[in-house]
Amino acid sequence: MFLFNFAQRRKLYYLLSASVIVPGIIAMIISVIQYSTPVRLSIDFTGGTLMEVSLVNDVNEQAVRDTLDEFGLNDYIVQELDPIKSDEVDSEFAQAGSRWQLRFEEIDRLEELKSFMQEPAQLGAFWSPKTEEEDPFREAALTTSSVSATVGKEVTRSAVIATFAVAVIILFFIVWAFRQVPHAIRYGSCAIIAMFHDILVTMGVMSILGLVFGWEADALFLTAVLTVVGYSVQDTIVVFDRIRENIPKYRGDDFDIIVNRSVLETVHRSLATQLNAVFVMFAILLFGGETIQQFIGILLIGLLSGTYSSLFNAVPLLVSWEKGELPFVNREARRKRRELQQLA
Amino acid sequence: MRGYRLWLAIILLVAALSVWISLPGTESVDVLGFSLTTKVVQGLDLQGGSRVLLRVPPGTNFNSDTLDQAVKNVERRVNGLGVTEAVVQRQGEDRVIVELPGVKEQKIAFDAIKSTGMLEFVDFSAITSGSVPEGSCILTTDQVELARGRLLEGETLKPYDQFTCPSEDLNNPVEEPALLNNGEPFKTIMTGAGLSDAAAITQGSIGTQWVVNFAINDSGERVDDFIDYVAASANRPMAIVLDGRLLSYPTIQADLASSAGAGTMDGGIISGSFTRNDAQILAAQLKYGALPVPLEIIAFDTIGPSLGKLSVDRSIRAGIIGVLTVIAFMLIYYRAAGIAAALALLLFAAINFALFKSIPVTLSLPAITGFLISIGTAVDGNILIFERMKEELRAGRSMERAIEAGFSRAWTSIRDSNTSTIIICVILYFFGNVFGASAVQGFAITLALGLIINLFTAVIATRTFLHTLVLVVGERLRTNPRLLGV
Repeated sequence: MFLFNFAQRRKLYYLLSASVIVPGIIAMIISVIQYSTPVRLSIDFTGGTLMEVSLVNDVNEQAVRDTLDEFGLNDYIVQELDPIKSDEVDSEFAQAGSRWQLRFEEIDRLEELKSFMQEPAQLGAFWSPKTEEEDPFREAALTTSSVSATVGKEVTRSAVIATFAVAVIILFFIVWAFRQVPHAIRYGSCAIIAMFHDILVTMGVMSILGLVFGWEADALFLTAVLTVVGYSVQDTIVVFDRIRENIPKYRGDDFDIIVNRSVLETVHRSLATQLNAVFVMFAILLFGGETIQQFIGILLIGLLSGTYSSLFNAVPLLVSWEKGELPFVNREARRKRRELQQLA
Repeated sequence: MRGYRLWLAIILLVAALSVWISLPGTESVDVLGFSLTTKVVQGLDLQGGSRVLLRVPPGTNFNSDTLDQAVKNVERRVNGLGVTEAVVQRQGEDRVIVELPGVKEQKIAFDAIKSTGMLEFVDFSAITSGSVPEGSCILTTDQVELARGRLLEGETLKPYDQFTCPSEDLNNPVEEPALLNNGEPFKTIMTGAGLSDAAAITQGSIGTQWVVNFAINDSGERVDDFIDYVAASANRPMAIVLDGRLLSYPTIQADLASSAGAGTMDGGIISGSFTRNDAQILAAQLKYGALPVPLEIIAFDTIGPSLGKLSVDRSIRAGIIGVLTVIAFMLIYYRAAGIAAALALLLFAAINFALFKSIPVTLSLPAITGFLISIGTAVDGNILIFERMKEELRAGRSMERAIEAGFSRAWTSIRDSNTSTIIICVILYFFGNVFGASAVQGFAITLALGLIINLFTAVIATRTFLHTLVLVVGERLRTNPRLLGV
């Protein structure tokens, strides 16, 4: 009857999820050992300075490190970035020789540091698309962001509050959405499991990217996760809504056939919607400003995970539950299944 | 059917208004006595500039009024640098936030905010008491020296009569010319650096007269000049000038002059018709310089203006590509219905942009991202409706009935999904209230705004467009359902 029996291959779907989540959890454990947090935290939470600087000279990483050492910084992170192209920025000067992202704890001696770096014996002048007259301190292509530990703590505190607020509201929302359904607790639990799936995937991917590329979670990362949670639960509810609607309509049919029908009826919507969101995000990822790329990357991964978890985790879980395949729950169904097996 | 003509008229009106406001040239709207300034407010990350968060160091004794005074002083200094559209705001109990858009010379701006300002004791012996109002703009020899020090190579000092003070009235930013002493600057005797302490105390038999008591620092710079001046100027006024403005000019009492002459002066008392607040603020200003409370920088961001420009260009490019892809998808996948969705999407973008300009919403990079993502999800409503519609058409319903059924059935889904995301946006908005997370706020605002507008464009506008479409080319759609993607 159907092209594809959707609910049948549930074990494969769980396995696929595990193949993303398990490496993520391993990465988080390594990260906890190394940095004592599951994802690397940016200065938004820890305090410190993040500086992006373009140099006229094409220097190597060691030269940058030497300069920072000589200035007396310790515990800094240096990363090379792509130089700004002179055709992208209105400039009569040649493009920057090299561009660097620096992160360190110091927040008070920045002006000194900037002058020190620009000494000819150190890294030389900062690159600027402006003339000496318009930009005497060569700061037109420089960004710095400094946060004291106090402010970092405040951000952390409000991040925790925001996360709890979202969790509470999502739970209320789920309870409310399934208030009239028989076995509401099943639907609610499956939606929540799918949500945790998405949180684990985004955190795990972030953790891996943190270990491999030094990505750091900032306030926008948390924003991405919370937004993903909202969308993920919504996606699950749309599918569950249809199952709920179809149960009385097709009374007598097997539960997995009803589920299958419901998924196929909503899958167009889920995919079409996600596809559009993905189009826009890819456009921003490929063509948008680079400061926003990590945010969009995480949002994109979370959104894909959200669609996957709604269709391939939440729904099959519901079927598994109904059939008594899950430990601890629905003993009655499991007993019936055993009896059937023994009969066979 | 007739109801939709009215909706169509309303939608066209809204569209026309939005497009008009969105046009780059539109800077204000005046309709029927209702006026609105409309302009694009770019965030600091797009136009470049600095944002500084200052705090009163913990343990400092201060009250709310002195902090307000400090905010005013910082504001005056920042305006004095000629920074346009600077924002200086008090935040909470002990914070001050300073936004300096597009500052070319950030170093100078930072120095101005951080420095304790310039407090001078000025020779006012030529002035009769009461003839110059407090707050007047005064040119002093030290200010001239300072201006000379800031000259770039090849520049010459402007004539004395062209020195001005920035206006204190923010609504009327006319520079105030500085008062001169017979065409010359007033002589600076000593700066605030010569003081070691100052405090507001009460004086008099019933203890209700507020005065400011100050101590001088024996080894301070130009303290000897100060003592000499006091000794020689009994019953004559001496001005206290803060950042070029006259704070007060008390008369030097004969007692003080004689103790200065005898070399026993170690401080003094400034009296006037002070209220308790006035006295406390003046004491704090004498002690800390221009700021009546010390302020320390606890966080700041600076973005080079060139990088901001780059982000704007890239975001516009990404936005256009994103919107075109979504429109192409909707047209290919839903055919004729896709036209309605595409029109609704354009309307969505126009209304959003018009609101950004009129509210105004500060457009930062995360804010633009929030808007772009809301475009991606704006079509979600359309998709829910069109999928339902297709089902109804396949089930053999008539075109009109299918449209209505599609809308009424999909409405709850659209409402729920938008509501839950809007709630999350509200939480994110509050999270973004702390300085370090403020990037989040722009995202939350534009995403929420997009979702709210979406309720109008995806439901009412799309439905109206669809009915209009049926009205115009209904026959062809009926005979050829493939045009609706069925």
